[in-house]
Amino acid sequence: MFLARVIGTVVATRKDPGLAGTKLLVIQPLRPDRSPAGKPLVAVDSVGAGAGEHVFYVRGREAALPFLPAEVPTDAAIVGIVDHWTPS
Amino acid sequence: MVIARVVGSVVSTQKNGKLEGAKLLFAQPLDLDGQDRGAAVIAIDAVDAGVGDRVLLVLDGKAAMMALDRGLAGVDAAIVGVVDSVEIADQGLQSAGQAS
Repeated sequence: MFLARVIGTVVATRKDPGLAGTKLLVIQPLRPDRSPAGKPLVAVDSVGAGAGEHVFYVRGREAALPFLPAEVPTDAAIVGIVDHWTPS
Repeated sequence: MVIARVVGSVVSTQKNGKLEGAKLLFAQPLDLDGQDRGAAVIAIDAVDAGVGDRVLLVLDGKAAMMALDRGLAGVDAAIVGVVDSVEIADQGLQSAGQAS
């Protein structure tokens, strides 16, 4: 999993039925020192995260698993909201 | 698996149900010479590792799920061992065995 900050949202009316009702967030991966680690990406939210919050997310095939039994076609999913971390 | 160093801990109250109660640590993958290799990842801790420990880190969903032992879950990284020592006989490198 990776640390990231939610920096935006995506609205897509026409999408795969598996993505219907999901919340799409734009996240910026971060290093523990809060510097950016790579480029922003779009992730499906599984925990009710919102703009500005720090989260951790899972990448790849496993990103679909938090939504089971629904089959969500995603390769990135937010699986937790980070309260704090050390070192920060 | 890669060798990594535990560089921090992560506290998350609100997380996916399958991850409830799981301990999360920042693991920084290392080269054999002890240098950082890429960015730190957040990993499930399956072996009660602590900050500063050198550990074995799996970066694969299936392996991480086995370490978590809760069936299918949204995890892709887990700490599965605490490294006592590493010996690289071939290149005569011992730096990976040193604290860095």
